[in-house]
Amino acid sequence: MKDRPHIHDFDWVLMGIVGAICTMGVLEIYSSTHASGMAGMQWRQLMWIGIGLVGMFLISRVDYHTLMDQAPILYVIGVVGLVGVLVIGYSRLGAKRWISLGGGVNFQVSEIMKLIIIIVLARYFTEVRTDRLTLRDLAKIGLLTVVPMALILKQPDLGTAMVLVPVAVVGAFLAGIEWKHLAIGLIVIALLVPLGWNMRRHLKPYQQQRIQTFLHPEEDQRGAGYQILQSEIAVGSGGFWGKGFGKGSQNQLGFVPVRYSDFILAALAEEQGFIGVCVVLLLYLGLILRLVDNAQKAKDKAGMYVVMGVTAILGFHVLVNASMVIGYMPVTGIPLPLMSYGGSATAFVFLALGLVMNVRMRRFVN
Amino acid sequence: MAGWSVNEQKVPQGRLALFSYISVALVISLLVGFWKLQVVQSGHFADLAERNRIRYIPIIAPRGAMLDREGRVLVDSYPSFSILLLRDDPKQLEKSLPLIEDGLGIAHEDLQQQIDAARYEPKFQPIVIKPAATEADIAFVESHRADIPILELMMVQRRRYPHGEMLANTVGYVGEVSPQDLEKNPDKYRPGDIVGKAGLEKEYNEQIVGTDGMRRVVVNSVGKMMRTLDDVEAIPGKPIQLTIDYDLQAVAEAEMADKEGAIVAMDARNGEILAMVSRPAFDPSDFAVRIPPKEWAALNSDPQTPLLNRAIQAQLAPGSVFKIVVATAMLESKAIPPTFTAYCPGYAVFYGRTFHCAEKQGHGTVDLHQAIVHSCDVYFYNVGQRLGIDRMSYYASSLGLGHRTGIDLPGEVSGIVPSEDWVQRVYHHKWYAGETISVAIGQGALTVTPVQEARMVAAVASGGNLVQPHLLKDMQNLKVDSFPISEDTVEQVTQALYGVVNEGGTGGALKLQNVEFCGKTGTAQLMSLETGSRLGLGKGRNSGWFVGFAPRRNPEIVVAALVQNTKLFGAETAGPVVRDIVKAYYDKKNGRLTPPPSTAENDASPEASQATVVAQGAPRP
Repeated sequence: MKDRPHIHDFDWVLMGIVGAICTMGVLEIYSSTHASGMAGMQWRQLMWIGIGLVGMFLISRVDYHTLMDQAPILYVIGVVGLVGVLVIGYSRLGAKRWISLGGGVNFQVSEIMKLIIIIVLARYFTEVRTDRLTLRDLAKIGLLTVVPMALILKQPDLGTAMVLVPVAVVGAFLAGIEWKHLAIGLIVIALLVPLGWNMRRHLKPYQQQRIQTFLHPEEDQRGAGYQILQSEIAVGSGGFWGKGFGKGSQNQLGFVPVRYSDFILAALAEEQGFIGVCVVLLLYLGLILRLVDNAQKAKDKAGMYVVMGVTAILGFHVLVNASMVIGYMPVTGIPLPLMSYGGSATAFVFLALGLVMNVRMRRFVN
Repeated sequence: MAGWSVNEQKVPQGRLALFSYISVALVISLLVGFWKLQVVQSGHFADLAERNRIRYIPIIAPRGAMLDREGRVLVDSYPSFSILLLRDDPKQLEKSLPLIEDGLGIAHEDLQQQIDAARYEPKFQPIVIKPAATEADIAFVESHRADIPILELMMVQRRRYPHGEMLANTVGYVGEVSPQDLEKNPDKYRPGDIVGKAGLEKEYNEQIVGTDGMRRVVVNSVGKMMRTLDDVEAIPGKPIQLTIDYDLQAVAEAEMADKEGAIVAMDARNGEILAMVSRPAFDPSDFAVRIPPKEWAALNSDPQTPLLNRAIQAQLAPGSVFKIVVATAMLESKAIPPTFTAYCPGYAVFYGRTFHCAEKQGHGTVDLHQAIVHSCDVYFYNVGQRLGIDRMSYYASSLGLGHRTGIDLPGEVSGIVPSEDWVQRVYHHKWYAGETISVAIGQGALTVTPVQEARMVAAVASGGNLVQPHLLKDMQNLKVDSFPISEDTVEQVTQALYGVVNEGGTGGALKLQNVEFCGKTGTAQLMSLETGSRLGLGKGRNSGWFVGFAPRRNPEIVVAALVQNTKLFGAETAGPVVRDIVKAYYDKKNGRLTPPPSTAENDASPEASQATVVAQGAPRP
């Protein structure tokens, strides 16, 4: 038994998978943007990855128990931050999601909230101590999740708000939700969907549009349905072997919307074909399974909940993003972790992985 | 360690394993989804991707030129640019509109109206906002490619009418294909195609229209052209050669510059139209580019009907010119002896009504020759009464009146040759005998067109060959109707028509040296109410006719001229016009023609002013 975490305990297999995903992402960002006015984007993405790696290392140094000790304070800070975004936030593309840190650096508070919710819920689940979650527990978990969700929805950012749900659901599942509660929960959700559909008038116009578009993509060729259709065309026309690196017409000529970010998988599918998609999705599956492996090996339930919170969020991102690209889900603005271009999103993933490393490095520590 | 984490229970391995299985299942289902798109339906999507990326741009084929009989250009085409507005990006559109209005000099309302008009068209289809871009416009588009990316240039072919109004009503004009034609021929036309709308442009559209080519270009998502894949070159339309003689046309145009009416100059031997004028005219160039609605409305509602080709569409009483037909009927039917004479005291009474002769003092006793030379109405009243309406209408009809001549122009009208049968059919009453007297001097319900006049006179002077007037030089299957007229009749009538000009007759001021110039004057004082209102002419205004030809027997050239809306008589207005054209014809034949002005738009040509002077001293018809 060692009494200090050691760098050798870093999960190098996981890092290998992460490195492979990042590499494919950076290459596809390069391919998507090199011939356009956004050329050079891959270097900035590499910079975000570098910053993320530093953040990951730093967060892995602080014992996750120490972080979980501060869970209530972190939660309050997160919620206040989200309120702050709504009050003093900076608007871009019709959404208030950023707080300016000065010097041109803008910071997306909801990304940090994802980390905070992982820690907060992990602590809550740990404190339950039994293998049975009561309805009272479930109500508390729900409340803890709904407050930040509502604030993020208000920005509006439906995608990020939804991302908080799987943390709670997976946590509850592992903490021993009773099957009947799970069944009731699923029935309630099933009932809420049509209700929500009837309440759609209360959604923002762009959200209504997205849902409408998802249901009937062919109706509005040049509007939002255009995005899904163009994405499907890119994916489908890529065929089995792909059109080759830098040779996807949908990608290169800009038909694929935000091809370097939310739709990067469509760009990759066009240029690398089904084969490329298999590689990417299997890498993600490997990432998920490796994370689950880390959860299984965690020293305590607290560590397991932290790791599985991270796993739930990353898995949810991959599932929703890939489904959107092939038209199985509406456009929600959820990026593909580690591949989509984006500072805050990339930084979040590395910080989340930092938490995982944190847990792993302390599995033998007393 | 904090109190909350003292729990040392094992992690729930089973549920974690279940999570892993679910993850594997989800990834597999995603892969199935990708498989469906990328393998099962990849052909379909590859097709859609190609359609996205490749845009077909028509390369407009130029229309064939129109040349005169000597190959001189009357109408041709030239490449020009249209400016297109891409409308996919509403934000960019809103931002750029003021700049575009400023840079291209388009009024805000006009541009907005064009955008509104196209709002139901697919957004990715650009609209033409400036059909004929100037060099400055092109420079503006080129220099603002970066900040106004929604403008695009498209090369088109435009019609050029270098001589302006010259031959305008005959040549016609072009315009965008109508929705009706599009519906009828969806394979042949695309929206926006330019087709002939009137005149020769319409008649020979099939011959002169080319085959558009096609360029395949790669475009990006905002429709910007990235590169060309390949070209199918356009096949230019074939030129057509007309029978028009530019020199004669120029003379004819100059003659009519300040007049209203029409001229038809025709080769009497084969029907080739040498010159054709209709005034007032219009400039076909106005139609070559999209014609502003206001201008179109003005042309259409102009009481002087500039769009009407009076050479084939003006139907008027022939007046005394009709005496040629009556004389032919008299001699050919043998109903009246050729030596028939009549006494003209200046008027005559038939059926209780007094009919005046144009010469109030009277002509005294006249025979057929003198009656034609001096245009004695009383003589022809008597002849007409003896012949009867049906005999006159038979000869008029046989000489081509009342029928279309078959000239290769759209919209020719037939005129009216009244008969007992016709009155019964149209007005449902019996023929009034008094009408016969009016018809005998070319009045009453009788109407003819200038081209019919020319053809009729050519037929009489040639012994009965009714040629088909035509404008296409190499026209196949020319129809020649034959209505044989006896040698004696031809000789007598043409001698009289020679006398009109050369024996001090009504055309005595029109004599030409060394040319057997013959002709007949006419003044249509009355016209059918319908024609009168259509041509916008009030009562008390005359239409002067002169139909002339040369030489006397088997003429080469026949010219019919109509000068409308004048207080003068045919000999004073139309006569000099015909004489000058015939003179120009012979001058050219003998190599003495002075070159015409470069375009016919110069109003003050020497011929025109001379004609006016001569007309002052001319005797009445």
